[in-house]
Amino acid sequence: MTGAGALLEVDGLTAGYGAAPVLHDVRLSVPSGAIIAVLGANGAGKTTLLRTLSGLLRAARGSVVFDGEDLRGVKVEHLVRRGIAHVPEGRGVVTELTVDENLRLGGLWRRDRLDAARALDEVYDLFPALAQRRASAGHQLSGGERQMLALGRALIGRPRLLLLDEPSLGLAPRITAQIMALLRDLRERTGLTVLLVEQNVRSALSIADEGVVLSLGRVVTRNNAAELRDDADLRHAYLGF
Amino acid sequence: MDRFVYLTFDGLSRGAVYAAFALALVLIWRAARIVNFAQGAMAVAAVYVAYSVTDATGSYWLGFVAAIVFGLLLGVAVEKTVMRFVDHSSPLNGVVVALGLVLIVQGVLGILFGNEYRPIETPFRRDAFEVGGIALLSRYDVFVFAAVGAVVVALTLLFTRTAVGLRMRAAAFAPDVSRLLGVPVGGMLTLGWALAAAVGSLAGMLVVPTELGLHPTAMDVVFVSAFTAAVVGGLDSPIGAVTGGLVVGLLLSYVSGYLGATVAPMAVLFLLVAVLLGRPGGLFSHSKARLA
Repeated sequence: MTGAGALLEVDGLTAGYGAAPVLHDVRLSVPSGAIIAVLGANGAGKTTLLRTLSGLLRAARGSVVFDGEDLRGVKVEHLVRRGIAHVPEGRGVVTELTVDENLRLGGLWRRDRLDAARALDEVYDLFPALAQRRASAGHQLSGGERQMLALGRALIGRPRLLLLDEPSLGLAPRITAQIMALLRDLRERTGLTVLLVEQNVRSALSIADEGVVLSLGRVVTRNNAAELRDDADLRHAYLGF
Repeated sequence: MDRFVYLTFDGLSRGAVYAAFALALVLIWRAARIVNFAQGAMAVAAVYVAYSVTDATGSYWLGFVAAIVFGLLLGVAVEKTVMRFVDHSSPLNGVVVALGLVLIVQGVLGILFGNEYRPIETPFRRDAFEVGGIALLSRYDVFVFAAVGAVVVALTLLFTRTAVGLRMRAAAFAPDVSRLLGVPVGGMLTLGWALAAAVGSLAGMLVVPTELGLHPTAMDVVFVSAFTAAVVGGLDSPIGAVTGGLVVGLLLSYVSGYLGATVAPMAVLFLLVAVLLGRPGGLFSHSKARLA
């Protein structure tokens, strides 16, 4: 899948905390407009991969090229200007701020104030539950509402690439399904590219075009979603179901 | 009764200054999770700047402005050259570095200006108006209230109504998430230090003339009261800091009025210990879990 049309190209990526690397020589290609699922057991390095892609964690080796630009020289603060939104694990809602403040925070960097305001309205239209809770503090929200808030806040930046870390974590299956449907819908409507990290393999593969399986920080396999779903050996070995 | 009314007004005007100083501590705590023990020494340095400028120009207000501007710059300098490099894995590190700064600042001030008390002028008279034979407030007290009130209002508007305020709060609460949303977290931290040091300088300008005078260690005792005020209010809460300041001011005034001035510093320490034992989160803490 390497080559032309890739929005994000990762090669030889090695990173970790302290001296011991968590990721080893990871190679990954995300075509524009695709939904790619990164799968793997707990501790496989999925979150570390996203944190390294967005620069929260410095890579020891390897390259991360987004739309032709090596991201290693780009500050985390400037990532959102390149069109990359990272919704971290645990949703990253600023619990001390209100729903409205969280959402506005997502658009503060934008020069186009008018479009930022429009995007804010769109998010409220997309998630009516949030519109009703504008003035509530983040810590008063349910898990599902927090996920909607984090996702909505990312959308206000009108990203081209969404890095989404475990959106289903702690959510009821019904809400997880809603969020997956929303991602699929966003891709259809806006051409959003999604790199989706999930432990919930079934949900992730239900919307992904392709899955990448990580084990102990290495890419062990990469295949289209349907084949991964049907590969019983692989599921037993790496995905635990 | 007359005495009680007098002591109450005296306590409130002292308390207003502690409130401003506690506010400076809260600003840095919220931005960086550091109790800036160097706040007092930094404020004294700003007052020396005011003293020199006023001495050279004859204008109190030029000195006043110079102190605030110097405070802003000193805050930026301290954050950018010292505090940024402190390892925050243990809260003690920041405290020790701040205490080191105190020694440096006081030492430098001693070298430049000498370790002697210097009288410092006030822009308004300090003798109180009398109402029905009771001395209530002086013009200077009114100035103190107005200045502290203006700072509280300005900071509240800044934090709740402006984009910069939203960025500062977000950066303090969730630095990584904020960076992912394009907030220049380092810049917000520097700004927090600048604002806090400016507010601290203002508090120094207000309090030094009411104490013994200008001296490199002039703020040491004030710092204890202001720190207590900030802790009483819960280090996280600007409104708590203001209330804490007024509580400490009243306590000091009543205790020194009824029991004698020598007991007053002990009363502040008792209050500090009592709050830390009883409600370590401060009187205004409300336990809201950070579930991220």
